[in-house]
Amino acid sequence: MTTSEPLIVLEGVNKYFGPLHVLQDVSLSVDRGEVVVVIGPSGSGKSTLCRAINRLEPISGGSITFDGQPLPAEGKALARLRSEVGMVFQSFNLFAHKTILQNVMLGPIKVRGEKSAAVRERAMSLLERVGIAAQAEKYPAQLSGGQQQRVAIARALAMQPKALLFDEPTSALDPEMVGEVLDVMTSLAREGMTMVVVTHEMGFARAAADRVVFMADGQLVEQAAPAEFFASPKSDRAKDFLSKILTH
Amino acid sequence: MDVFSDSANIDTYVTGFLWILKLTAAATVGALVLGVLLAGMRVSPIPVLRGFGTAWVNTFRNTPLTLIVFFCYFGLYSALSLELSDDIDTNNYWLGVIGLSVYTAAFVCEAIRSGINTVPVGQAEAARAIGMSFIQTLTLIILPQAGRAVVAPLGSIFIALAKNATIVGTIGLMESSSAMKELINANGDAVFPIFFVFAGTFAIFLIPTGYAFGWLANRLAVKR
Repeated sequence: MTTSEPLIVLEGVNKYFGPLHVLQDVSLSVDRGEVVVVIGPSGSGKSTLCRAINRLEPISGGSITFDGQPLPAEGKALARLRSEVGMVFQSFNLFAHKTILQNVMLGPIKVRGEKSAAVRERAMSLLERVGIAAQAEKYPAQLSGGQQQRVAIARALAMQPKALLFDEPTSALDPEMVGEVLDVMTSLAREGMTMVVVTHEMGFARAAADRVVFMADGQLVEQAAPAEFFASPKSDRAKDFLSKILTH
Repeated sequence: MDVFSDSANIDTYVTGFLWILKLTAAATVGALVLGVLLAGMRVSPIPVLRGFGTAWVNTFRNTPLTLIVFFCYFGLYSALSLELSDDIDTNNYWLGVIGLSVYTAAFVCEAIRSGINTVPVGQAEAARAIGMSFIQTLTLIILPQAGRAVVAPLGSIFIALAKNATIVGTIGLMESSSAMKELINANGDAVFPIFFVFAGTFAIFLIPTGYAFGWLANRLAVKR
């Protein structure tokens, strides 16, 4: 396996929810260290695309490979793959009955079988990094949305993943908390983390993305570097979308 | 209250309730373990296990407990010669524990399963996303939250279990209801005192139990 090979490759991916064709022949590859931001109107299939990459959403056709290996079917191999792909959800999904620190430590200890002392140290430094170390002993419900989402990022990082998937990470946040989460994501992007980010945050896309992917109606309509995409979108669909969101 | 000044009668009364206590304790453990296992089966991705769990619940939830306890005696013990102890009382006690456990497990299973439904889907997704197996997701994330959500209904089930334990009297164990019947047979003039003492004893133990479960439910509730 060479390092120049893309980390994530989707080829001709199709996905149906009943009669609904939510992903239509989507092909996309993400290089190591690349930050790909997926934008598009609601219902365009961007969340489904993101969730397909770690098979939280099984696909109906096509192929997805991660790090040179096709996505395995449900079982041990899939669990191992998921442990290498961090995921951050719109609704945070912190384990409600565990403290912040336990949330971050659980994966490495239970999934990887790492020693608790070493994990605790790493977890604390990750919490330090996202600015939540002082709340380590609290429960998720005691934190604000922005804080919870930063913990969720720390939880994903604790597994030392090869890539991070973000499924609309700031959509459930109060406006004043969006910045603190985007700051963490931007710093991860600078450090060379491979990221697929589904978001409506155009500022983040401009600042941190290597590539912007525009989806509409289950199709990948166009992709380009952010400066190019925002300055001169090629498709009518993208022009229409940008005109609606950028005029406000 | 002359009945209860006779030490032999007191002994009958105490022994009767000690059996109820032991039956309830053992069957609570049995029903809880079985019920959690069954709930796990009913939400598992393996069709055979799901079918087994469903069949168990449908069978035991819809069969009168008296029939189940009779079956334990006449079926397991008499016909299949399952002997759990040389002592006849101890033997009947364990047969009763089996009957009570398999019956109550069906209700525990359904309570836990309704608790599982209160846990947001995102909790399981987050667990799977960090690489947990189905068993890990279930035991580390889902069941602890589901269990806390159903402490109060589980309390009701175990209170019902304590009262249901009197049915084991039908296979010859001198538990409280049999003890009561014996005392009434021997003291026909004191039916009401005897009845109220026995019923009152259940109430004195079970009413606080109900409050204890209510308190525990509040204390353990998962904040979201």
